[in-house]
Amino acid sequence: MSATAIAQRVALGTGGVTQTRVIESEWVKFRSLRSTLFSLLAAVVCTVGLGILISALRANDFKQHGVLKGIGGFDPTAHSLRGLYLAQLAIGVLGVLVITGEYSTGMVRATFAAVPRRLPVLWAKIAVFSVVVFVVSFVASLVAFLAGQAFLGTAHVGVSLGSPGAARAVLGGALYLTITGLLAVGLGFVLRNTAGAIATLFGLLLVLPVIAQALPSSWYDDVYKYLPMPAGGQIMTTVTDRTLLSPWAGLGVFAVYAVVAVAAGAFVLKRRDA
Amino acid sequence: MIEARGLTKRYGDKLAVDDLTFTIRPGVVTGFLGPNGAGKSTTMRMLIGLDAPTEGTATINGRPYIEHPAPLREVGALLEARAIHTGRSARNHLLALAATTGIPKRRVDEVIDLVGLSDVAGKRVGGFSLGMGQRLGIASALLGDPGTLILDEPVNGLDPEGILWIRNLLKNLAADGRTIFVSSHLMSEMALTASHLIVVGRGRLLADVTVQELTKMASRDQVKVRTPHAARLRSLLAGEGVVITGRDDDLLEVSGIDSTEIGLVAAGAGIPLVELTPQHASLEEAFMEVTRDAVEFITPQEVDDFAVVMTGRNDA
Repeated sequence: MSATAIAQRVALGTGGVTQTRVIESEWVKFRSLRSTLFSLLAAVVCTVGLGILISALRANDFKQHGVLKGIGGFDPTAHSLRGLYLAQLAIGVLGVLVITGEYSTGMVRATFAAVPRRLPVLWAKIAVFSVVVFVVSFVASLVAFLAGQAFLGTAHVGVSLGSPGAARAVLGGALYLTITGLLAVGLGFVLRNTAGAIATLFGLLLVLPVIAQALPSSWYDDVYKYLPMPAGGQIMTTVTDRTLLSPWAGLGVFAVYAVVAVAAGAFVLKRRDA
Repeated sequence: MIEARGLTKRYGDKLAVDDLTFTIRPGVVTGFLGPNGAGKSTTMRMLIGLDAPTEGTATINGRPYIEHPAPLREVGALLEARAIHTGRSARNHLLALAATTGIPKRRVDEVIDLVGLSDVAGKRVGGFSLGMGQRLGIASALLGDPGTLILDEPVNGLDPEGILWIRNLLKNLAADGRTIFVSSHLMSEMALTASHLIVVGRGRLLADVTVQELTKMASRDQVKVRTPHAARLRSLLAGEGVVITGRDDDLLEVSGIDSTEIGLVAAGAGIPLVELTPQHASLEEAFMEVTRDAVEFITPQEVDDFAVVMTGRNDA
């Protein structure tokens, strides 16, 4: 091989497509879109801002009217983490867009021309997305808890991270958001259409529990606790609700929804034309 | 080397690609020609594994595209619609593609330079003109310095300067010994770029020929002869395989015998010739001849539209 040919080869790099390289590629894609930054920022603002607001209002309420006896159901931890329910909208939309944004622009053809086996792209997107979302939402969840408890503490109802279940709830909040995002990613691969995937996601999360209320009460108790949001949300509470699943069992059920969506996405991804 | 064997794609009842078999050789630009909807894009998508064939196989350098460990270094593809996320900058788009195959950043800057997008590389692609988008698509295709290029309508949306640039680029890449397969619905464009042609209509292979062969296939070579003694010359030239038509009293259109012979016959008989002009069928006419059968079963209006599309010229 001549010197120029060798130089040429060096200039082009060597080796083939690997999972690590595809993850690197997806990381470049993920951080080079403004929608990523805006969605993550919105999630943080919702989590922290709403957590502080709700905690401050409740603390004020307690200070004015006193803590009512027999309000054993009050859950200071869940209170300060309430903002995560709003943040799930931002994370859900981001999860959908990471996939459908490629389909709507045609980018997906360039992606699959570079990685024709396709599945490495799905795993790489999931890896990049879930790590970033988990880290960001864990920080947001922790800040919301600490700030929220500081406000609740002024009414002497605050708890610390050492309180039973508090640390688990804070970590659980981040896991809840991450799983929401993965459910969104899975739906994105299955539906390949932004509006359809977002509608389905929030139909599952927000509308199903409302529809379930129309069920006969004997069925309602059996069905409601297995719906995605009521099941997954338990991880953010420290006060037991006997009609619902335990925190980790609930999160497990929630994760099953996400796994099913991702598996369905992987299944159709290999079979459909791009 | 690209090889398609019995390549077929069916969408429900519709056969988009119907049993295509062809081989694209390195070293020349091969044009893939046919009207819109002839199945060119579908065929190209099957070549790079984006669409799965209903039947048949497609290989590039001996194996299916999907089985190449580093596809970007093997094949560069530019697909019909822009396959670029509009929210990303040109440079980030290329960096993301390069990362999948371990192509260094230096090469990204090199191809940006090569296609002339250096000034806008940091800008979001959403603001690009059609021509800039095409240039970015070509930069993506060249990223891995591949030995095979598959380009779907690369001149679409380019200004004359851009079209000339593509033409020269493709010719130079072919001269390097690369395999270049480029689609177009414009015969006139292909005539200037390609030296071999794969012609399709309604998903079927109509011709797999060199540009010269296509012109010959039209078998319309005629000689225009003008003489005051048209009737006398006509009887002298008459013979087997010779067809003579005349429009005016002094004008003959002769085929089946070349201009040298006509000149000699006329000189021998002392007949003065005022004009003796060999006329070759244009590539467009040749093309219409080849595709006539494929369009016979459509409406006259469609035939006219087809002619306009094929020749890129609207006489109506």
